[in-house]
Amino acid sequence: MEVRVSNVRKEFDRFPALRDVSLDIKSGELIALLGPSGSGKTTLLRLIAGLERPTRGTIFFGDEDASNRTIQERNVGFVFQHYALFRHMTVADNIGFGLKVRPSAKRPTRAEIRRRASELLDLVQLSGLEKRYPAQLSGGQRQRVALARAMAIEPKVLLLDEPFGALDAQVRRELRRWLREIHDATGHTTIFVTHDQEEALELADRVVVMSQGRIEQIGTADEVYDTPNSPFVYGFIGESSSLPVKIEDGQIWIADRPIGLATPDLPNGEATLYFRPHDIELLDECNGCIAGTVAASRRVAGTRRVELEIGGGRERIEIELPVGHPAAQKSRVAFRPKRWKVFPKVDQA
Amino acid sequence: MADPELYPADVHHEHASLAVTERPWARAALMLVAFGFLAIFLLLPLVVVFEQAFSRGIGAFVEAINEHDTIAAIKLTLLVAVISVPLNLVFGVAAAWAIAKFEFKGKAFLITLIDLPFSVSPVISGLVYVLLFGASSLLGPWLKLHGIVILFAVPGIVLATVFVTFPFVARELIPLMQEQGTGDEEAALSLGANGWQTIWHVTLPNIKWGLLYGVLLCNARAMGEFGAVSVVSGHIRGMTNTMPLHVEILYNEYNAVGAFAVASVLAGLALVTLVLKTLLELRYGAEIAATRGH
Repeated sequence: MEVRVSNVRKEFDRFPALRDVSLDIKSGELIALLGPSGSGKTTLLRLIAGLERPTRGTIFFGDEDASNRTIQERNVGFVFQHYALFRHMTVADNIGFGLKVRPSAKRPTRAEIRRRASELLDLVQLSGLEKRYPAQLSGGQRQRVALARAMAIEPKVLLLDEPFGALDAQVRRELRRWLREIHDATGHTTIFVTHDQEEALELADRVVVMSQGRIEQIGTADEVYDTPNSPFVYGFIGESSSLPVKIEDGQIWIADRPIGLATPDLPNGEATLYFRPHDIELLDECNGCIAGTVAASRRVAGTRRVELEIGGGRERIEIELPVGHPAAQKSRVAFRPKRWKVFPKVDQA
Repeated sequence: MADPELYPADVHHEHASLAVTERPWARAALMLVAFGFLAIFLLLPLVVVFEQAFSRGIGAFVEAINEHDTIAAIKLTLLVAVISVPLNLVFGVAAAWAIAKFEFKGKAFLITLIDLPFSVSPVISGLVYVLLFGASSLLGPWLKLHGIVILFAVPGIVLATVFVTFPFVARELIPLMQEQGTGDEEAALSLGANGWQTIWHVTLPNIKWGLLYGVLLCNARAMGEFGAVSVVSGHIRGMTNTMPLHVEILYNEYNAVGAFAVASVLAGLALVTLVLKTLLELRYGAEIAATRGH
């Protein structure tokens, strides 16, 4: 099922949680909504589910305008952040709930519901736990029961709110891989919310990066990582270093000298240079470079992180060097970023 | 991955760490104070009530209970409880639901109102009804014209009891429902359940133990209320006397056995309530913990 969000705005007590968001999701896609808290990602998910109504704008399921459909009519599978399992029901009853409450004409028989439940328990690898209560399960097991329950109603779209947020790192990685397998096996259009970029980049077909109620960038993991389109995405995804620079006649200047990078399309004025700490080349002689003094250096796994003071200590940035590289010990290092981007300075709202 | 390992619900920190554990003598002293206080101020009076009730033998006790006015008082008390407890059950659930599950203006005011009967002396609550429905009140002449009797009759007693007991169910449910939030309801709706199915299959089971405690407390108070009922009842023997009022009348007539006999029945009803609650806790302890916990 395709899902199309068209110019949606959502206000809570006049405070805008989402401002004019549009998003096209293809059938069978696995999409991550990624952003810091307060970016509106959960609001967007709840709007798609029908748990909230948009203040303005339309949400389409396929070609059909679903904006005024109730959550029951939308037939979505929603997995809540804290699972919201019914604590007085067994695992099997939790999973069968969506089938049990159907109107009698569409309700499967009891035996059929039980069969469906155990089938889904197989799928989420929890066979044998039918008679347990949620309180007797671990966090990861509850998560999987919640997913099985959501899938029992054969939803058109599967929505997951911070699905692994409450789990520890080990279980989280395991479940992540497992969710991908389930998605590939069942082919549900799946949208999940996360604030964990690693999770989003590893799991999703496309990542929707959000900030302050807006979509900053939509793209594959490679696209958002390698070519961030805004300072926010640069700062939020992966590690980045930034330096205040000046643009003059298409050349980038730091303090009083050019650093050998050209950006012909940008107007003269103040700007900020962004690059990844590992995406640099070291230079022996400085014919247009960024030069700095080593202020601190620390070992990070297979590489060495060096903190440089640029321009007499006014700015500090980090770059990454091979462990054995002599420059790590030198007091003065010259380099040039291999992949970088300059954003003209705008007054931050 | 599918390890069937059992994770107990909430086992953490049943035992305090060594640093905050009192010395044995301190613990003993604390327990002695607690139990001693209970024994002297609660258990002893209770024992005395029963001791006095049976002081002239079981025959005198039965005779005292079997008296016409006493039976009328017991019936009236039960009638009042049977009417006011369900009313407050409905009101309590509705109020707790409104307060816990959605936002609206005047919420704080509603919470304050619910607490009013706890903060106002019951005698005042009774007086309010006298001022409202009495002969010289605004409503008095109109009521008289239409032949509606509220004061010094069963309706007045029920009204006063409802007023005094209405916080119990709501107070028990509000924190419980606030803690549970709306997640379970949203989950039920997302799975296709309609409003009634959600209430019946999800909301009510989630609050049933809190509801039961609230009802038990409400019932105990409804049967035992004295002050408010005393003001509106008119103390007509055999007609508008509830058990607590009847105890007072008998006592004032120096009929100690009669007074204590009725008192022991009243205390007995309270004890039955307590035993019921304890039995339920023993029987469904694990489920209660699961529903109220995490």
